Amino acid sequence: MKSMKHVKGFWLSIVLAIIFSVVIQFLITGGTLNSFYVNTLFSIGINIILAVSLHLIIGITGQFSIGHAGFLAVGAYASAIITMKLALPFPLALLVGGIAAAFAGLVIGIPTLRLRGDYLAIATLGFGEIMKIVFLNIDYVGGASGMTVSHLTTWPWLMACVLITIVVIINFTNSTHGRACLSIRENEIAADAMGINTTYYKVMAFVIGAFFAGVAGALHAHNFYIIQPANFGFLKSFDILILVVLGGLGSMSGSVIAAILLTIISTFLSNYPEVRMLIYSLVLIVMMLFRPQGLMGTKEFTDLLKIGKGAKGGSQDVNKQTIA
Amino acid sequence: MFPIPFRKGVAFMEQLIQQLVNGISLGSIYALIALGYTMVYGIVKLINFAHGDVFMVGAFIGFYSITVMDLGIFPALLVSMAACALFGVLIERIAYKPLRNATRIAALITAIGVSLFIEYGTIYIRGAQPEAYPDGIVPLKSIDLFGVSISGQSLLILGVAIVLMILLQYIVHKTKIGKAMRAVSHDQDAARLMGINVDNTISATFAIGSALAGAAGVVFGIYYTKIEPLMGIIPGLKAFVAAVLGGIGIIPGAMVGGLLLGVIEALVSAAGFSLWRDGVAFVVLIVILIFRPAGLFGKNVREKV
Amino acid sequence: MSTNKPLLKVDNAGIRFGGLKAVSEVNLELLKGELVGLIGPNGAGKTTFFNLLTGVYVPTEGSILLDGEKLNGMAPHKITKKGISRTFQNIRLFNDLSVLDNVKIAYHTQAKHSIVSSILRLPSHFAGEREMEEKAIDFLKIFNLDDVLYEQAKNLPYGQQRRLEIARALAAGPKLLLLDEPAAGMNPQETEELMNLIALIREKFDLTILLIEHDMNLVMGVCERIYVLDHGQLIAQGTPVEIRNNPKVIEAYLGEEVS
Repeated sequence: MKSMKHVKGFWLSIVLAIIFSVVIQFLITGGTLNSFYVNTLFSIGINIILAVSLHLIIGITGQFSIGHAGFLAVGAYASAIITMKLALPFPLALLVGGIAAAFAGLVIGIPTLRLRGDYLAIATLGFGEIMKIVFLNIDYVGGASGMTVSHLTTWPWLMACVLITIVVIINFTNSTHGRACLSIRENEIAADAMGINTTYYKVMAFVIGAFFAGVAGALHAHNFYIIQPANFGFLKSFDILILVVLGGLGSMSGSVIAAILLTIISTFLSNYPEVRMLIYSLVLIVMMLFRPQGLMGTKEFTDLLKIGKGAKGGSQDVNKQTIA
Repeated sequence: MFPIPFRKGVAFMEQLIQQLVNGISLGSIYALIALGYTMVYGIVKLINFAHGDVFMVGAFIGFYSITVMDLGIFPALLVSMAACALFGVLIERIAYKPLRNATRIAALITAIGVSLFIEYGTIYIRGAQPEAYPDGIVPLKSIDLFGVSISGQSLLILGVAIVLMILLQYIVHKTKIGKAMRAVSHDQDAARLMGINVDNTISATFAIGSALAGAAGVVFGIYYTKIEPLMGIIPGLKAFVAAVLGGIGIIPGAMVGGLLLGVIEALVSAAGFSLWRDGVAFVVLIVILIFRPAGLFGKNVREKV
Repeated sequence: MSTNKPLLKVDNAGIRFGGLKAVSEVNLELLKGELVGLIGPNGAGKTTFFNLLTGVYVPTEGSILLDGEKLNGMAPHKITKKGISRTFQNIRLFNDLSVLDNVKIAYHTQAKHSIVSSILRLPSHFAGEREMEEKAIDFLKIFNLDDVLYEQAKNLPYGQQRRLEIARALAAGPKLLLLDEPAAGMNPQETEELMNLIALIREKFDLTILLIEHDMNLVMGVCERIYVLDHGQLIAQGTPVEIRNNPKVIEAYLGEEVS
């Protein structure tokens, strides 16, 4: 019964999102929205994909990966090669961007996901830096000066990718496979003892997350006209991390809300980058000190729609200790 | 990022030795930073991401001491160490102490936040423009050894590093606070029961680690001249790699790890891959984590089930 | 009830950590359907022995056979699939997840629907998930936990948490269930109820159970046979009466409470 409510709320949100994107499309073609708003909307979309994909890795599976910009970079470069060097169509570039990043996720995930907590964090951070250095050193993709990329990201493509990302990750999470990932986050030793192949699911979450980060990279590359290795350093990884943390580790709606909020804030602060970073860092610190569970905790948007949760269960049963 | 002098036309062996000297100089800086990482990790199991930024702050304090306050190198070094010690304690008390019983992830995120805060706070206060340490402030002359010239700066780095490491060994093994530190890192609760003031011991650890980072900042400035607010990030990360390489939590491990990493980087440059140099540390990290996660000097310990 | 072929055969098994022999030369056999106790003073190596059986540690010597199949070096999740599951001395539930989800996770190994079918929401996903949910709810009824299905595991009172952990271990479908101090921290009444529960599930699921316990009275009351571990070595085995009168056991427990 509980899941039915979830399902309803979920489809309602999807329908609303589609209506929203059609309306925006009309506003864009009608010229009602000026380019500032359009750019902000595009950034929001890309950041939502990044946040949701990292949410799967950190929030659901509990693997503290802070090299997400590395996957973004792989997707951006792979897709740019498809459209700019090989002159192939953009949809293929989106797919290749995702697959290339997923492959990178597989290669880096298999060895590093055996590591726990802090070590994994540093290893993924190191991976992100290595990716940056690799692109710096490949002349084919322009080295430090980067690649110019045509503007091919359109609103329908962007919204389609956002929705597909969200649907795939929700469907994955709300299944036995998602629960396997959650069990790793909750207690890896117990998960192992319950027969969960923890390595498999950690790598799987990593690969799916990397795939969508790669798709975001493709959208990013074809939205901003130019990609340079310097754009994909750890600061970019932290930008993505803060979305997941602020939203609440374990809440996808939280990630989405944080992506929307912070993208808007940072657009307004784009002329004061150091103020923006100061605010970001203070948000991280204050959040951890006073509300470590983030804006939404592990709750989802659909949980909040349920009014007057029935007085069933648990707390009243303390005295009831009879055993079958 | 850090240009390594590379002279053409010298015999191969001389070049190699020259690169080794450069590597050891760089490695000494890594080692000094790595010590702070390893001590803090050993005692509170936290990767203090802000440690690289304490190093940066140390470099700036040293710079202003020399240029504005007209101090000599050694007084500037001491001022920087003292200020950084204070700074480290401040960070610990304000940001980390309230989180001592929080999850590892929460502590790590806070550390990242503190790191960004120091970096961009510095930029906000004084701007992002770099500074250059003045020339000719090193009182030491370069010496020739087997046809290789070792610069006064290299000698200074080595001297400072060796003295500080000996001092650190003395503090850890011969003093009361050192004993307390070892006890707390072994078992915090037992140490508390034995009447050790755990909070003060942790603060002392941050103070000592930060002082070493401050010293590293000053010698870095003297050696590489250029300093800027984001300079701490990469050396900080590499120093962490050094700490892991030696076995995190193990003081001699951090020293050896730092030197080894510096030498590896210098050799990679010498082999003609200088553009890849910044990547090497992370490759080393991933390799060591896969094959010997406890580090060169560490023992494998599994989580208690 | 028991056949003559042992379900579990531990042959000279042991493990060293560096130079330290934590467990050594343990020989132990469990017949199908037996309820056997493993006792010993603190630090005797009981939990380490469980960790050997479940693959958390790999034995450095000897062999462990389940139904004639060698388990040495097998990953923990594979050993669980082979039919050994366990509870933990310090409860390890999936704290932030619901009671129902805790049990569903144990059913994961039996799930037939793939990741792709879940992502695409194919019929096999819905069928698989529904089956799991129904099975889990029915199962929790046996443990009287069906009225707290959606409660977070961490919010349950202690006794229920212990029960949930046993339920979860059983849901994984073991032939051999390992219980690590299941009565720790329970009052006498709760302990008695727990013992009834153990007897019940053993009957119902045709289980073989190996039980670590500190409380000697409890072990003596329910176990048919008892092994005694001290300093990592087996020092005695036999019926409760034999163990009670064994001078070695009394010596090992000297200073501790012997009934």
